[in-house]
Amino acid sequence: MAIIPKWAFILVGIVLLVLAPIGQGNYVALILCSWLMYTIAAMGLNLTLGYAGQISLAQGSFMAIGAYITALLTLSGVHWLVAMPLAVLGCFIVGLLVGFPALRVKGHFLAFVTLAFNTLVVLVLRNEDWLTGGSYGKSNMPRPDFWLFNTGTKSTFLSIPLSSNQKMYYLCLAVFIVFALLMYGLIRSPWGRAFKGLRENPIRAESLGLDTRRLTLLAFAIGSAAGGLAGALVSPVVQYIEPNSFALQHSLRILLMVVVGGSGFFFGPMLGAAVVILLPEFLRFTEGYYLIIYSGLVIVLMVYSPSGLMGVGSRIVAAVRPKRVARTDMKEGAQL
Amino acid sequence: MKRLNLIAAAALTIMATATAMPTGLRAADTVSLPCVCELSGAGAVSGTNYRDGAKMAAEEINAAGGILGKKIVMTDYDTQSDAQTSRALVQKAIDAEAYAIIGTVYSGSTIVNMLVAQQNGVPQFTGSEAPNVTRQGNPYIFATSSSSAKGVPGLTPYFKDTLKAKKIGVAWVNNEFGKGGHDVFVNEMKGAGITVVADVPSEQGQADFAADVSKIKESGAEAVFVYLNEEEAARFLKEAKKQGLKAPLVGEVTLTSQKVIDLAGDAANGAYAHVGITVGANVPAVQEFGKKFKQKYSRDTDHNGLKGYIAVYAVKYVTEMNGSLDQEALAKKLHGLTLDVAKYPGMLLTTSWDKTGEMSRESFMTQVVDGKQKVIGTVPAN
Amino acid sequence: MAQFLQVLLSGLATGSIYALAAIGFTLLWQAAQTVNFAQGEFVMLPAFFVLIAMGLGLPLPVALLVALAVSVFVLGYLFKRLIVEPMKASKTGGGLPLVIATMSLAIFLKEGVKEFYGAEAQPYPELVSGGSWDVFGAIVSVTDIAHLAISLGVVVLLTLFLNRTRTGRAMQATAQNPDVAKILGVDTKRMVLYTFLINAALATLASFLITPFYLAKFSNGEYLGLIAFIAAIVGGFNQIRGALAGGLLIGVLDNMTATYVTAEYRAAVPLVLLIVIILWRPEGLLGTSEGRSV
Repeated sequence: MAIIPKWAFILVGIVLLVLAPIGQGNYVALILCSWLMYTIAAMGLNLTLGYAGQISLAQGSFMAIGAYITALLTLSGVHWLVAMPLAVLGCFIVGLLVGFPALRVKGHFLAFVTLAFNTLVVLVLRNEDWLTGGSYGKSNMPRPDFWLFNTGTKSTFLSIPLSSNQKMYYLCLAVFIVFALLMYGLIRSPWGRAFKGLRENPIRAESLGLDTRRLTLLAFAIGSAAGGLAGALVSPVVQYIEPNSFALQHSLRILLMVVVGGSGFFFGPMLGAAVVILLPEFLRFTEGYYLIIYSGLVIVLMVYSPSGLMGVGSRIVAAVRPKRVARTDMKEGAQL
Repeated sequence: MKRLNLIAAAALTIMATATAMPTGLRAADTVSLPCVCELSGAGAVSGTNYRDGAKMAAEEINAAGGILGKKIVMTDYDTQSDAQTSRALVQKAIDAEAYAIIGTVYSGSTIVNMLVAQQNGVPQFTGSEAPNVTRQGNPYIFATSSSSAKGVPGLTPYFKDTLKAKKIGVAWVNNEFGKGGHDVFVNEMKGAGITVVADVPSEQGQADFAADVSKIKESGAEAVFVYLNEEEAARFLKEAKKQGLKAPLVGEVTLTSQKVIDLAGDAANGAYAHVGITVGANVPAVQEFGKKFKQKYSRDTDHNGLKGYIAVYAVKYVTEMNGSLDQEALAKKLHGLTLDVAKYPGMLLTTSWDKTGEMSRESFMTQVVDGKQKVIGTVPAN
Repeated sequence: MAQFLQVLLSGLATGSIYALAAIGFTLLWQAAQTVNFAQGEFVMLPAFFVLIAMGLGLPLPVALLVALAVSVFVLGYLFKRLIVEPMKASKTGGGLPLVIATMSLAIFLKEGVKEFYGAEAQPYPELVSGGSWDVFGAIVSVTDIAHLAISLGVVVLLTLFLNRTRTGRAMQATAQNPDVAKILGVDTKRMVLYTFLINAALATLASFLITPFYLAKFSNGEYLGLIAFIAAIVGGFNQIRGALAGGLLIGVLDNMTATYVTAEYRAAVPLVLLIVIILWRPEGLLGTSEGRSV
């Protein structure tokens, strides 16, 4: 593995992602879009959960806030390129406002506060018709036009016909790659190392002079902003939003993605989102039993490999190459 | 001249075949009517009934030779009662060469996925009853039962003339289904000069109706319009009985359904409802349908089974009227069309569609008497 | 006035059942530091055991006993043995993974009931039925009074059991400090098991009482679980009487809000209450602050 450098794997991965929707129908493009959107939201949550060790059950509501800000702005004629940063910023600020009081008290209360917050957001979205359209939601959000690359229409590129949905996929992919690079940079930065220090040994981190509360809050707010970014993509991709699609179950789903993938692993959320979004496709033949099988598997996974699928992977690697023992303390931070 | 015609016809045929070829051979000898329905999740009961009704119609049609001699192929797509999944699945069904989409039942889902069908020019037969579905100016969406925008006004004369109510209460479920009905109703009452003295929204899945009933009781309403889903309606009826609410309770579709009667027990006695179509309706064709359904699936169906059934028959009749599998022609023809049950028995009742895709047919006033739904009057189509 | 009384009494009756589910919640938290996200489903499920037993032709009282036995075994013993114990035993499994496992268990139970019993709500027999009284214009049914009495009785009995009996005190010792309890000769494993069994029994009782109103449906647990959870935190996570107070408070507040303030935001009230309590008094209204932070 050492012979082939890491960047080569990533390059191959990107090429595969670029080629994925070509020649496929609109359905495949849409599924891939939702996979990338959820991956972004889950990577944000992974920062909060996997690196800073805080459970948040509000990622769905941050997607909602991002999606509604984007929808309202783009429907009133603002370009998506302007609306998107505003959505991200909005979620960052709301994240600070929600996290600040919750983190003032004992750590795991953030889970309860975010749980309540998510439902409150859904209630406000439903009841404030004048702004959000109430339970009818908002529809027909325009897809962005980037002058040479208008995602709203069909066109051909190098004699490959591209549908509007496929173009939206490439927009999602571009956003995803930029986002992943920023995230990677953040985790490698002193801040990122501080997040890890915080998770692995909060007392030691504090004694080293780290302001643990501020760091946790920052991790939570950045994670929330990532939810907003995913929401900013949901608006033009789905072109219809209504309160119930951002309910608590939605947040649980994102949480499951992070945990199933393996919290604290950089690419864990990609895998987790793939399992949650794509697996139903392959298990379609099981019909109604799908959720029973899935939830049963998650229970078994949690009992036998609490660090998720990535944990299973590194266990196998560790079994084959006993020299490199995985650091068990990596898994501890995410405790409630 | 004759030869020229012949050449032109041949050229047209070749062109048609050429354009049809890439879509696969399958399209040539079968008609694909995918059923995109709520087969799991919260809407599973409605969605499964809708699908099974549609399936029954498809099998009958296939046994009788199909549509224009082509057999119907019906593939299931389970939306899991989720709007965004339903959108992706409608796209998937259209990618697989759907002739028309059967479903979805949830209004929240239909609102999302009908955009996809519209963009692709595929007619869609929805089971949704929220009025905003047919108010989007979408030329490809068709209702299979009257929405509350048609159904609720049918009740106005009942409140005004039969009950002679001056003050009225309304209990409704606060989601897009309930809100649609509520908005229409409040408007209607304003027009009829009846005051709404208690306007009580409730949550979907709410269990405790003590506050709701006591508010209505306190308001002095002379009649109550109950626009709730079945379980909530049953809980409401029980609480109303407990608190001794005397005003007549009148609903739309759900309040006198068998499910509500089963759940509410004797608390359901005396409740009224206006129903679009019901297996209990005194129409032999409809009762026959109910019997066949029970025989085939060994359970009773709600009105969703009937809706799915007539959706597939409507596709058959109109396609055969047009003489070709042309989606645009199908949609165009349906607007403003009336299918007379004497000529088109699969419709079960004479049915018309207006230019928005909203449908209309004869409906019934029902009351629960001794734990049974009784038809007490007929409301003409509007 | 009559309306106020009506809403108050109805709220108390419903709240008393929330309290039963909430008590189990706090017991599990104390004994095993387990936040059971499937608690709502634990209340949903026993009603279906009753329906299945009745479907087999058993009379109601026998069906209730059978359901109680099955529930205590499945939701108490098996839950502990198959899920909680192996996860607690592993070094990393006790925290977040256990939360996720109980969330998955909630989905598993819900979907299981839906697939194997049916998605439609089912009528369910009332445990206590009878007439109703007119109390200053408010209608109070015998059922309401019975619910309040049963819940209060259970809390009193449980408190007596925990404080006055040897086993009860051993359970408390285990909850407060398992290591010391072990040294003192308490069979801590057995005590933890008792807690799980009691939780299952309480959930079953709540199920018997609440299902006649909720009607037996696979999704009943969603709301109940959330409310039990909020009631437990609001009342005090480490106090049985706290859970009772929390349950009653939420039952009353919910109805009062819907009647006098806003029906649109009635669902928001318990949530806002939860947030306020967490910020203002994280140990809960009746709780005492815990030395250990988990």
